[in-house]
Amino acid sequence: MKALLKRPANWIGFLLGILIWVFLPLGVAVGIYLAVWLYLWLFVLPSGKRLRYEFTESFRIAFAQIRANKMRSVLTALGVIIGIVAVTLMGTAIGGIDKGFSNSLAMLGEDILYVQKWPWGGVEDWWNYQNRPRITADIAEKLNQVIESTPNSTLEIAVPVAMRGSPVKNGEYKVNSVILGTTGEYSRISSVDLTEGRFFNETEANSGRPVCILGADVAEALFQGRSPLDQSVQVSGHPVTVIGVLAKQGSFLGLFSFDNQVFIPLEAFKKYLGLRRGVDVRVKVKDKNHLEESRDELEGATRRVRGQLPGERDNFSINEQQAFKAVLDPVKQGIALAGLFITGLSLFVGAIGIMNITFVSVKERTKEIGTRKALGARRRTILLQFLIEAVSICLIGGVAGLLLTYGACLGLQAAMPSFPIDFSINLVFISMLVSVVTGILSGFAPAWGAARLDPVVALRYE
Amino acid sequence: MTRPTGALVIDIEQVTKLYQMGEETIHALRGVSLKIHRNEYLAIMGPSGSGKSTLMNMLGCLDTPTAGRYEFNGKNVASMEDDELADIRNREIGFVFQTFNLLPRSTALANVELPLIYAGLSPSIRRERATRTLQDVGLGERMSHKPNELSGGQRQRVAIARALVNNPSIILADEPTGNLDSKTGVEIMALFETLYEQGNTIIVVTHEEDIARHARRIVRLRDGLIESDGPVG
Ligand SMILES: Nc1ncnc2c1ncn2[C@@H]1O[C@H](COP(=O)(O)OP(=O)(O)OP(=O)(O)O)[C@@H](O)[C@H]1O
Ligand SMILES: [Mg+2]
Repeated sequence: MKALLKRPANWIGFLLGILIWVFLPLGVAVGIYLAVWLYLWLFVLPSGKRLRYEFTESFRIAFAQIRANKMRSVLTALGVIIGIVAVTLMGTAIGGIDKGFSNSLAMLGEDILYVQKWPWGGVEDWWNYQNRPRITADIAEKLNQVIESTPNSTLEIAVPVAMRGSPVKNGEYKVNSVILGTTGEYSRISSVDLTEGRFFNETEANSGRPVCILGADVAEALFQGRSPLDQSVQVSGHPVTVIGVLAKQGSFLGLFSFDNQVFIPLEAFKKYLGLRRGVDVRVKVKDKNHLEESRDELEGATRRVRGQLPGERDNFSINEQQAFKAVLDPVKQGIALAGLFITGLSLFVGAIGIMNITFVSVKERTKEIGTRKALGARRRTILLQFLIEAVSICLIGGVAGLLLTYGACLGLQAAMPSFPIDFSINLVFISMLVSVVTGILSGFAPAWGAARLDPVVALRYE
Repeated sequence: MTRPTGALVIDIEQVTKLYQMGEETIHALRGVSLKIHRNEYLAIMGPSGSGKSTLMNMLGCLDTPTAGRYEFNGKNVASMEDDELADIRNREIGFVFQTFNLLPRSTALANVELPLIYAGLSPSIRRERATRTLQDVGLGERMSHKPNELSGGQRQRVAIARALVNNPSIILADEPTGNLDSKTGVEIMALFETLYEQGNTIIVVTHEEDIARHARRIVRLRDGLIESDGPVG
């Protein structure tokens, strides 16, 4: 025991344990206590029961009222409908971008750094990049030597990848695909998920054997469901044997398909398509949580390999998936801003409309208010009734808006399955909350006026 | 002069009511004193503008006097807050209006249930009591009808059932036959007679001597003052 309590970590754990054991039951007890009181109040005590009955009666009257004035109610709810459509569409779009984005990022690899000539995300001073020497395949080799000779390196392995769009043919079938030339070590930086066959090995890669691995869509397009294994396809006019088929992966942001790829050995790529445009060097890091550190190490290593002098600007770029976030953030902000603006504007217009219609409703039913007061309605009864009426119109608008957005999402999904949209359940809660708040804010002034009416004056009103 | 059968329900003394209309001050009541006991049947008469409705609103706790004392069942109501008055109206007073004042989108049953909602009674009790009261006023067959599906006399019966349903100490009716033909008016007065026989306390405001003669005591107002107060004779 003594030994156990010596280390501060144990002490903290011990105290935390005690705190949890004290506060957890306390919290549960308070929760149960409150729940019991709420139950007693609403279902046993006369005052709470009365409030509950007033609530149900008010909802009944509100819906009868809305049913009796359908056109008026729908027109009034229009602002709320538009507002909710705007806010939910915005949420769907942003959610979709985020979802598509993180899916796509996972495809790029969270633990991969890219050594390339150009930075991702575009540049303004393109002329400064234009004249950079191209990234050659031997840089990967040299980087690996540096990594090996560095004690405690945060980098694991560098692999060259050449890429180029080119048609692939099987007899009369032809598909435009992206050819990737790489080494056998590619499978070490990216989990290559194959439905059939295997990835090429080191020997095949180094000798530039005419073998290839087809992306799922390419295989489907060229072989129409038959197995492509050991069949021959033409890559830029050269016969190549299929040794593997990749599993379906989807597309990057719905724009760029990963199933459209064909992997061949780098040496073969050089022969068929040439390496004039250079390659990417993809570097896997050991710990993706310390990406910055790895990035710095990689920068230094690449400078060494490239023989750059101190003080000289890097003549290469190190890219990572994070760069895309920076590109997408302004887009998301733009959508959010536009969405919030439209939402705010239409909710404001809607709120004014609802306030107006509630004033009209109070005016029309002044005599009813007097009658209710004569029968024993308190101020809060009348206040509640008109608030609930305003909130009901808003809620109907909110539900209509949600359904419209949901329908639009379903339609879009059917039309463009790969388009990233995400209709989350949170949007339902947010819309309901926004509707209720709009209803309360816009209904309050007229409802308050109704509640404070002098019963005698109200009864005399014709 | 009256038969002081039951306990004192209403006791007002030197009650005045002023209305400010711009520059002009209107003296609707100029000092009215009145005692009403349980199970009385009283008619308030007087020419138009004499203050009948003002007095009625005061008695019904819809309004508070500008000056004077008002005790309802021994409680001083002259200085009560809005919500306290609302509760008194709910539990102790049943109103019957000239224009019936039924909720147009609610059935007869729902209209009669309304005061019971404000009394905080559960739906089953409400339904049972409202049904029984509607049967008592002879509308057992028309409970699920909306007001626009009922005749004037039937509407006033619904309104009377609504006034009765919470067992009030008094029933206040301001010109209850004013919007009815004379035959239906007589039927409604017969209903009041029955209610009186059953032990209810009833106050009716009316213009018409014929109607007032149904009551047992007549209070005549003129210019905000009681001109006479005595048994029907
Ligand atoms: N809210 C009010 N504001 C101003 N004056 C009022 C108000 N209520 C009543 N009065 C005035 O008080 C006086 C008494 O009115 P009240 O309604 O009590 O008359 P009444 O005897 O009921 O008349 P009627 O037989 O026409 O119904 C009238 O002069 C009326 O104009
Ligand atoms: Mg009057």
